[in-house]
Amino acid sequence: MAKPAVLTHPESLKRPAGPSEYAKDPVNASMSKAEKIALYTKMARIRHFEQRCIRIYQQGKIGGFLHLYVGQEAVAAGTISLLGKHDHIITGYRDHGHGLMVGMGMNECMAELTGRVTGCSQGKGGSMHYFAPDKNYWGGHGIVGGQAPLGTGLAYAVKYMGLKGSCLAYMGDGAVNQGAVHEAYNLAALWDLPMIFVIENNGYSMGTSQERSTAHPGCLAKRAEGYGMAWDVINGHDVYEVRAKTAIALKRAHEESKPTVLEIFTYRYFGHSMADPDKTYRDKDEIKEYRDKKDPVLLFEQELLREKILTPELSQEINDAAMAEADKAAVFADESPDPTLADVTKHIYWEEDNRGPDTTSRGTIIFE
Amino acid sequence: MAVITYREALRAAMREELKRDDKVVLMGEEVAQFNGAYKVTEGLLKEFGPKRVVDTPISEAGFIGLGIGASMLGIRPVMELMFWSFSYVAFDQIVNNAGNIRYMSGGLINCPIVIRGPANGGTNVGATHSHTPEAILASHPGIKVVCPATPYDAKGLLKAAIRDNDPVYVMENTILYNDKGEVPDEDYIVPLGVADVKREGADLTIVAHGRAVITSLKAAEVLEKEHGVSVEVVDLRSIRPLDEETILASVRKTHRALLVEENKPFCGVDAQVAYLIQSKAFDELDAPIHRVSSIDAPQIYCKRLEDQQLPDVNRVVREALKVLA
Ligand SMILES: Cc1ncc(C[n+]2csc(CCOP(=O)(O)OP(=O)(O)O)c2C)c(N)n1
Ligand SMILES: [Mg+2]
Repeated sequence: MAKPAVLTHPESLKRPAGPSEYAKDPVNASMSKAEKIALYTKMARIRHFEQRCIRIYQQGKIGGFLHLYVGQEAVAAGTISLLGKHDHIITGYRDHGHGLMVGMGMNECMAELTGRVTGCSQGKGGSMHYFAPDKNYWGGHGIVGGQAPLGTGLAYAVKYMGLKGSCLAYMGDGAVNQGAVHEAYNLAALWDLPMIFVIENNGYSMGTSQERSTAHPGCLAKRAEGYGMAWDVINGHDVYEVRAKTAIALKRAHEESKPTVLEIFTYRYFGHSMADPDKTYRDKDEIKEYRDKKDPVLLFEQELLREKILTPELSQEINDAAMAEADKAAVFADESPDPTLADVTKHIYWEEDNRGPDTTSRGTIIFE
Repeated sequence: MAVITYREALRAAMREELKRDDKVVLMGEEVAQFNGAYKVTEGLLKEFGPKRVVDTPISEAGFIGLGIGASMLGIRPVMELMFWSFSYVAFDQIVNNAGNIRYMSGGLINCPIVIRGPANGGTNVGATHSHTPEAILASHPGIKVVCPATPYDAKGLLKAAIRDNDPVYVMENTILYNDKGEVPDEDYIVPLGVADVKREGADLTIVAHGRAVITSLKAAEVLEKEHGVSVEVVDLRSIRPLDEETILASVRKTHRALLVEENKPFCGVDAQVAYLIQSKAFDELDAPIHRVSSIDAPQIYCKRLEDQQLPDVNRVVREALKVLA
């Protein structure tokens, strides 16, 4: 398929970044000062947490893959800030931002990275597998696109139980080519599930630019039309825009029990993971352009300064506190104990962890 | 006690569990309006309505993934695969998601999902439709697999599977669907991980699961009548968890073991059972362990040869005599 002549990008993205056109949108205008400061604080916390991770990784204390969320903060922040009691989320492996947004602590998140028993998954999941079901956060999934059907199941369960809720399943621009994602699209549309598929389009899947991975009719979200689903494109550098447009999809889920595909344009500043030297597939200038002109945390800070909600002093205070919190978490993650060898064979089966006269399993289930 | 078919026993299990717990939902291709590709779910749509008995599109990765996701929130989906062979297009969901999520979340999540359907050769449908993935799936910690051979076990194991809080994969056999057997009218379960001595004997232990149990019981008759040998047949019923004690107790009694399964030999269930016996009862053995499996080739279409590819009574008898020699 040839490159489409007309690219369907959010209007706001075509203009230089300035004051948000969505500040007056009811979901934003109705926010209290405290709520706005809290939202900014959360974005800053994600930024500083991730930046602290880089240092620990470079010290060799984090193993495996580490995918950073720096540059994409407004996506998790904007969408998750709207959610209520029966709204659930699930995502891929770039999952730290979502975790901090739902209220996971920096300590448990950092300790998971260093493989400690104090980690959110007790050192059994690692960076790609954060979970906090008590906060409606269902992971943290390592297989590209594999979370989409699970998320659809969460939405199905919400509907089955007659609750007014939803599920937001996040994925990357590379994930949209997985069959499981299309199967999930079909089921969500066919069964009118309260589902929001959020494509975090950061332009690349590892080192493959979106143009090299995906045949599409102008944008990725538009594929929703093939399933009769609503869709929208969003400037993911503006947290107000993310909130305003996600709110529409959320209302559609809550009021009509209908799914939506949202494509949120964003950018990652670091390599795909820490294992990516980031030298072959994009220009340093491109990264600089985004950092300088479209940084979501900076843009929101400026927005709040203009609104006279934030002062430079308060902003400094918030950022200092976030940095200090991340520093403390790094120490916690460093000093916490490892799981024991006996822990290796726990948490495999519910029935084993809870074995008793009434459980349904007997016999040998862990083998030598 | 009523005498009902294996198919009716499965249906009764689902009907009773649908009645017992309103979180139980049946899902799969053709399970509702069509009454089931093999009529296992016949009549359940009429009885329970479309919220509880749900037709899915042909989309195994999608609907099984959906079931797993729903189970994380407390729904108890019982998913039908038209054939377990089709699980291969949903492997990521079945293995990575259902099997790993409890572990990777440090025990915060569990997936009380059941996936059931036929997993057998012998039906003249060629290699793509004849897989028996019990060993492949049971090799993953986090997953449970059961293979009922009789109507009683089919009902009891399926009910236990539905009440179990982990992913349980129930592998049935289309050739057994019309087999009849006694099934109690009152509520019962067969716990997972409990083998059953289907026939007592003194000279040789045959360990089998699924339809190989039926073949082995027939072989045991022949061995007794024609060769004067007393054979004990241990039906594993459950692959993981595995009832090691019952296997070992029988071997300690007979001192000889023949392992029969319809899988292909390489890394079959019986490779694990053979290792178990040699590691925990080596001194009890008076002869080397033998195995009878399917002939090691993709399932052949030609019916006359497929019948020979699978373990049959003659082959089991022949191999038993070698162990007894
Ligand atoms: C099924 C599968 N194939 C390949 C990979 C390796 N892999 C991990 S992330 C990734 C790129 C995905 O890019 P995208 O969906 O755009 O998400 P992003 O990393 O940009 O957030 C690849 C190829 C994987 N984890 N799973
Ligand atoms: Mg990407």
